[in-house]
Order: sequence, then structure tokens, then C-alpha cells
Amino acid sequence: MANVSDRVRRAWVPIAVITFGLLYPTLLPYLDDIPLIGTLLPGVGTVVIMFVFTMMAVGLNVVVGYAGLLDLGYVAFYAAGAYTAAWLASVQFEQVTFHFGSSGISDKLPGIHMSIFLVLVIAGSFTALVGIIIGLPTLRLRGDYLAIVTLGFGEIVPQFVRNADSIKGFDLTHGSFGISPIDSPGFGAGLGAALGLPESYQQSTNRAELYFYTALALLLFTVFVSVRLRDSRLGRAWVAIREDETAAAAMGVPLMRTKTWAYAIGAFFGGVAGAYYASFKSGAFPSDFYFNLSIFILCMVILGGMGSVWGAIVGGLFLSYLDQEGLAKIGTEVGIQDVPKYNFGIYGLIIVIVMLFRPTGLIPERRHKRELEEGVRDTPFYDVQLEGSDTDRDSQND
Amino acid sequence: MVPRTVTGWLGLGFIGVIVFWLGANLVNDPSEFFNVALIGLTNGAVYALVALGYTLVYGILQLINFAHGDVFALSGLVASTVIVGWVGLGADSSTGEVVLGVGLALVIAVVFAATLNTGIEFVAYRRLRNAPRLAPLITAVGVSFILQDVGLVGWGVEFRTTEKLIPGRDAFTIGGVHFPWDKLGVLWLTIPALTALTWLVRSTKQGKAMRATSQDMDAAAMMGINVNRTISFTFALAGGLAGAGGLLYFLHFTSMRYDTGFQLGLIAFTAAVLGGIGNLPGAVLGALMIGLIEQFNEGLELYSPGSDWTRSMIFGILIATLVFRPEGLLGERTPEGG
Repeated sequence: MANVSDRVRRAWVPIAVITFGLLYPTLLPYLDDIPLIGTLLPGVGTVVIMFVFTMMAVGLNVVVGYAGLLDLGYVAFYAAGAYTAAWLASVQFEQVTFHFGSSGISDKLPGIHMSIFLVLVIAGSFTALVGIIIGLPTLRLRGDYLAIVTLGFGEIVPQFVRNADSIKGFDLTHGSFGISPIDSPGFGAGLGAALGLPESYQQSTNRAELYFYTALALLLFTVFVSVRLRDSRLGRAWVAIREDETAAAAMGVPLMRTKTWAYAIGAFFGGVAGAYYASFKSGAFPSDFYFNLSIFILCMVILGGMGSVWGAIVGGLFLSYLDQEGLAKIGTEVGIQDVPKYNFGIYGLIIVIVMLFRPTGLIPERRHKRELEEGVRDTPFYDVQLEGSDTDRDSQND
Repeated sequence: MVPRTVTGWLGLGFIGVIVFWLGANLVNDPSEFFNVALIGLTNGAVYALVALGYTLVYGILQLINFAHGDVFALSGLVASTVIVGWVGLGADSSTGEVVLGVGLALVIAVVFAATLNTGIEFVAYRRLRNAPRLAPLITAVGVSFILQDVGLVGWGVEFRTTEKLIPGRDAFTIGGVHFPWDKLGVLWLTIPALTALTWLVRSTKQGKAMRATSQDMDAAAMMGINVNRTISFTFALAGGLAGAGGLLYFLHFTSMRYDTGFQLGLIAFTAAVLGGIGNLPGAVLGALMIGLIEQFNEGLELYSPGSDWTRSMIFGILIATLVFRPEGLLGERTPEGG
């Protein structure tokens, strides 16, 4: 029974964090004046990228953390999302001219141009479909086998993207040049003017803030869905599978369906993040989708604590900050120029140190913590009652 | 052997397409086919040395040692320093100099890689032996990135190159099929290594300890086998093979960089899975097949997707193997493969 004060106590941290997030662009000029810390703070544009990566970390957390399916090819979903945005909101398919809610561009511009907000939904759904297609044949495999298959997909997708500039003469992905420019989000002249919302982000004076708030909204949505799913029937089924697949199946959890859902939902957020990032950068390039990125996002989840949403957020924000600005800035402060060059060695070191000394991550999830601390290998099914402990039958008799 | 399931039929159809493709090319130009096949086998022999390391470690710990490819790359870079930097071998070196220089590089690379691999096991994997299965795998990924950066710091971003030390002229020719010295040289180094390994695992006491440990670690410990030492030995052995592989790769492909091991590691791992991971002859068979497929894809004329798609093909094979026949060509069925 959670009473009101209990709820308030549990809610104040998220509320404080969200408030700080909302005020960040406004506060930044003042925060910059703080000595030492001020110079290290990320700019608003960087925070957008951080939010996108954090979104992916929270999405991957559903797959790796909740369901315990190690996915080493998450970048494939990111790529699928980015290219969906590129197909549906650029001049790539110049054979057709189709506009639906496009903003900030001429109606005569060839190619498919749809409202980015719609594209985000489509990209997420399409990527979830890709996740299901990848998942159906492979999710029967367990543990490390699955990890390797996902790695295979993670390697094939970028190569496909790079080579698919001439499939029977049809240019699907524009090869290694990537697709650029991609339309920017916006609410269009009619709706935007009526509601006082910006017509097109790209043409607004405060575009960095607009991208920032949209990214924040997407991230909050991801976190909300992720938290609600964790406590749902499906979420409990995921955890059951993670803890013991055989036992879960014996208790009537449909393995394939449950795992596929985890995959599809993880993929959905990867796709939305990819699509939004593509729109933010106004381009989708195959060089963005390399294997290291999958590991980078996995590193965020591991650092934060597998299965813990807060962990994924902290890990995601921290590592993507390091990647975007932090390493370079710290390097300059310390006086070493080459720090960003060795970023992946640093992430590797983080992974190893976390796995060896704190396998539960910075902010451990309760159940997962126990699993890692007590170990799961060779747990015997003791029929003998341990001293001082109740068996199920005893507690029922009480 | 009539397939009973839809996936079984799909797998059979897949194999049928490949057989047709190879057959068409064989009829089209037999001598070219065999030339390409020889290159494929040579590359496959190099892959085999690395693939064996994956399979040895997997056999004993059920761990995909992700960092193995990077041990291979680092030892190749060490070999490059010995050959080019210290000894200074070039295309004009005499045969005696080449044999001595390469021999020295081989010893140094093998010892280096064996020590490194054992050290990695001791530092990174030993503590996680009772942890959930994904923990050591994730750690291995981390170690892999650390090793890549060690290579980056130590040898820079440029490719380390060497001149062809073993001449590429033909040793002999049979019916239009060329057998050059450098290709044969690779096979001459690989075949004794594989024979020695097979003997070691099958017929020595240490090999028996390895097999016992891989079957049941606790039972082996109860029989008086020093499990930790056996595992260390396995890692040293795997590392040594990777060291030899690194040197051979450097001599054969003549260039190497800090991230060479990542790609090659994935290829070698695919080979190990294709042959049936944990199975030593399987790893060699898988590696030779991967080498062949790669070269057939890039070298044959009819219906070849071409080098743009090589990696996709290799990973496609990896996925197809795991989906259709997770136990690999020679492996045994495990619960994980379900």
C-alpha cells in the first residue's frame, strides 16, 4: 500500500531531474560561469545527441536488461530508423512527388516528404517489424549464440546500406554517400501558426532549443514506456526468462512471443532514435552505423546497471557526453590532445572494470543484483530444508 | 536424409544453390576454379589457426573469447616489428636470413601471444567463472577494445607492411593450376601446427586433462586435475596458435593494423561455429570452407556477388549455420542450439 507521502518521496527525484532538464537551455548561460564545471558542461546541441543515445540505451535496456538477450547488433535498428526517415523525408525517391504534412519546403520538391513526427512513428514501427523479422528465426537460440547472430546482422546491415545504391539499377540508399538533406521537423504553416508552434525547426531562430525539447519529450516517452513495461505482465515474463528460461517456459511463459516482444520494443526505440537523429543531422550516412556503436550503447547499459532504467539513463548521458564533448574537453584540461582517439579503449576499460568489480552497474536493479551476487551456475534443486528458512508449504500453512 | 521441417528444406535448398553455383563455375573454367580454390585454401589455413583458438577456449569454458582476434592482431604487429624493424628482412634477403628471421619472429610472436592470452584469462575471465554466462562475454568485448587501443598506441593507425619474403613464383604447375611457393609455405607451417595440436589434445596427459575439464569442471577437479592450470594452458595454447597465425597473416597478406584482428576474428569465429564450436577438426574444416567461399565469391566469374558482399556472405553463413544447424557441421547438438 503506497500512501501519498510515499509516492511523493519516490516521485521527487524524477520530478527534480525533469525540471532541471526542462530548464537546462535557460540555465546554461548562468551555469557556464561556474568555474571548472562550467567549461565542461555540454552545449544544447550536444545534449540533443546525448538524449538520442540515451534513448537507444533505454531501448537496448529492454532487450539486454529486462529480457537478458544480449544484442550486439543494435546499430542495425538505429540504421533502419535513420534510413526510414531518409526515405520518407528527402529527395531520395525523386521519381515520385508526395507531400504529407511536410514543413518548411516547397510543395513542388520531388521525393517523398512526410511530417517528421509521422515519420518517427513509421520508422519505429518499421524497425520493430525488422526486429521481429530478425528475431523470429534467431530468438530460439540462447545466450551467446544469439549475441553472435545479432552481431552478424549488425555487420550485414551497414554493408547492405553501403552497397544498395544499385539494386537492378535502383538507388535505394545512395551508397556510401548517404542520403542528405533530410527534412527538419515542424508543424507546418497552417497547424503551426494556429497553435503557436514553430512552422519548421530548421528555419526557426531558436532551433537548438526546439530540437532539445523534442528530444527530451521523446526520451521521457521512452522512459515512461520502459518503466510501465517493466512492471507489466510482459515485463515480469521477461525477467522470468532472463532468470531461468526453462523454468519460465515450465510456468507457462510463451518464450518465443515474449522474447520477440522484447526485441520489437527495443527495436522500436532504436528506430525512433535513429529517425530523429537523422532528421537532426539532416542526413543518414552508412559510416554512422559501425559495430563499435552497438558496443558503445551496450556499454551505457552495463555501466548504468543492466535492467535498471535509471542506470541506462545515467550511463547513456554520461558516456554519450564523454563521446561528444567530455573526452576532448577533459583532454584539454589535463593537457593531452589525443584522448578522443582512444575513446573505445576507454569504453572497453569501463566495461571490464564494471564487470569485474561491480557487475550490477552504478545503479543496480534489485532483482538483477541478487542474481549476479549469488550466482546462477549449478544451483541445485535442494529438497532439503535449510535451517531457519521456510519452505513454500510452511508459509502456506501459516 | 530427407528433411522433416520447413527450415530443413530451406537449408537443403540453400546448399543446392551453392552446389549449382560452384558446379557452373567449375565447368566454365576448371583451371581458374582450382587456382581460386588454392588461394582460398591458403587463406583458410591462416584462418584455421585463429579459429582453433576460439574453439579451444569455447570447448573448455563455453566462452566466446571475443578478444582472441585482437591477440592475433597484436602478435602480428609484434612480428612485424621483429621482421621489419629488428631483423630488417626484405625481398632481397637470402633464404637463410629469411628462415632465421621468420623463425625468430615466430618464437617471439608465439611466446608473446601465449603470455598475453593467459594474462587476459587470469585478469579478466577467472573471477567471472561462476558469474552468469553473459558476464564473461561482455568482459571479453571490453578486453577486445582495450587491446585494439594498445595496438593503436603502440603501432599507430598506419598499416605495417612488409615485402613478400617468400617468393610468389611457381613451385610447380599441374594442368594449368599454379602452386606458388608462398601459398605452399603457409600450408607447410599450418599443417605441422595442426598435427601437433591434434596429437597434444588426443594423446598427451595434458590433453586428457583439457578434455576432462571441458566435460565437467567440478568432476575433473575431484579427479585431481588442476583446473586453473589446465585452463591457463588452454589459453596459452590458443594464444600461441593466434601468434603463429598473426605472423603468417603478416607474411601472407603483407599488411597489418591494430584493427585487423577484429574483422579476422569475426571470420575465424564464423569458421569455428560453422565447423561446430568446441570441435577441433571442425574449426579447421570451417576455416578452409570460409576461405574457399570468400575466394570463390571474389574470384569466380559466373553469378558471383563480388567482394562488396563478402562480409555479408560470411555473416549470412554464420546466421544460417546458427539457425539451421547450430551444432555446426561436425559438432554435437547442445541445449543452447535447441
